[in-house]
Amino acid sequence: MTAIPAPRSGGGRGGRRTNWEKWGWIYMRASGVLLVVLIFGHLFVNLMVGEGISQINFGFVAGKLANPFWQWWDVAMLWLALIHGANGMRTLVNDYVSRPKVRTALKVALVGSTAALIALGTLVVFTFDPCLGADEFPDLVLSICNA
Amino acid sequence: MTVESGGAVKAPPIETPKRGLRAPAGTLYRGTEGMWSWVLHRITGTAIYFFLLVHVLDTALIRVSPEAYNAVIGAYQTEIMGLGEVALVGAIGFHALNGLRIILIDFWGWATQHHRLLFWIVIGLWVVLMIGFTPRHLINVFSH
Ligand code: HEM
Ligand code: HEM
Repeated sequence: MTAIPAPRSGGGRGGRRTNWEKWGWIYMRASGVLLVVLIFGHLFVNLMVGEGISQINFGFVAGKLANPFWQWWDVAMLWLALIHGANGMRTLVNDYVSRPKVRTALKVALVGSTAALIALGTLVVFTFDPCLGADEFPDLVLSICNA
Repeated sequence: MTVESGGAVKAPPIETPKRGLRAPAGTLYRGTEGMWSWVLHRITGTAIYFFLLVHVLDTALIRVSPEAYNAVIGAYQTEIMGLGEVALVGAIGFHALNGLRIILIDFWGWATQHHRLLFWIVIGLWVVLMIGFTPRHLINVFSH
């Protein structure tokens, strides 16, 4: 049996260090409340309005990402959901992986993949070019690009 | 709730299932609703996490070419994936509603005491959500 330190004993570390575990706990709740709005809104606009999933294509996304409102919506959702999910997966790693080296490796992988995907997703949203490929695929892009 | 030597800590009683004396009574986290809500919360959270990893990558194709993006989103529009999306929305719906339940339990005494009732309210709202979503989504999927 592993000894579990008493509640509020600072995980046995003592001292007056920042309690990261507590901030993680608060983050899960704060981000969760915001994510309900962001994700339900995302799913409603992409799956319920109009023809739902069948309407999604390059032009649909170009239309959304031309609007700063949806750009910030997507970026907020991206950061909040990925950090929430990765922090939740860290809890699972702590619960189920008992070998310290494997545990560390998995946490490094979590931090790495989260950072990479946040960077990629943020770049995609803000550097998106609605007229990308207008020369090669004139019928796939917005009509204004072919003018 | 423990009674510590320093001062008595008395917590209000928490709803527990009434069973035979020998069966574990079930607490906030062990047995019955408390435990199953936790199991479902964990499974749905993990499933959504892995979906999101792939989803950010498929969305990134929008930056590659219209053709590449339309090809991958076309995969999301097949019948099989349409059913998968019902499962995904079901998972998100449960995780979100139960997440709000967890937050209420953490911050509000009444909710802590009535966590089992709240679990069934979550299930009820989830059923309503899925009744609203599923037919419309499946029509969109199967009529194209
Ligand atoms: C079947 C369900 C889903 C569909 C069809 C879908 C569709 C899309 C589409 C078309 C975009 C492009 C931009 C936009 O529309 O705003 C997008 C982006 C995004 N979606 Fe979804 N989505 C779904 C579910 C989800 C879920 C459950 C989450 C959260 C866990 C999510 C998180 C995101 C994020 C963070 C972005 C922005 C990605 C980036 O920054 O590059 N989506 N999604
Ligand atoms: C829709 C809004 C959401 C809400 C309200 C929400 C709420 C929560 C809360 C309150 C917790 C902490 C549970 C605890 O400390 O006992 C949690 C855990 C977790 N969440 Fe979310 N969440 C949401 C969306 C997401 C998304 C989009 C993902 C995946 C990317 C996710 C993945 C996880 C994981 C993996 C855990 C850890 C589960 C565990 O420790 O058993 N959640 N969620």
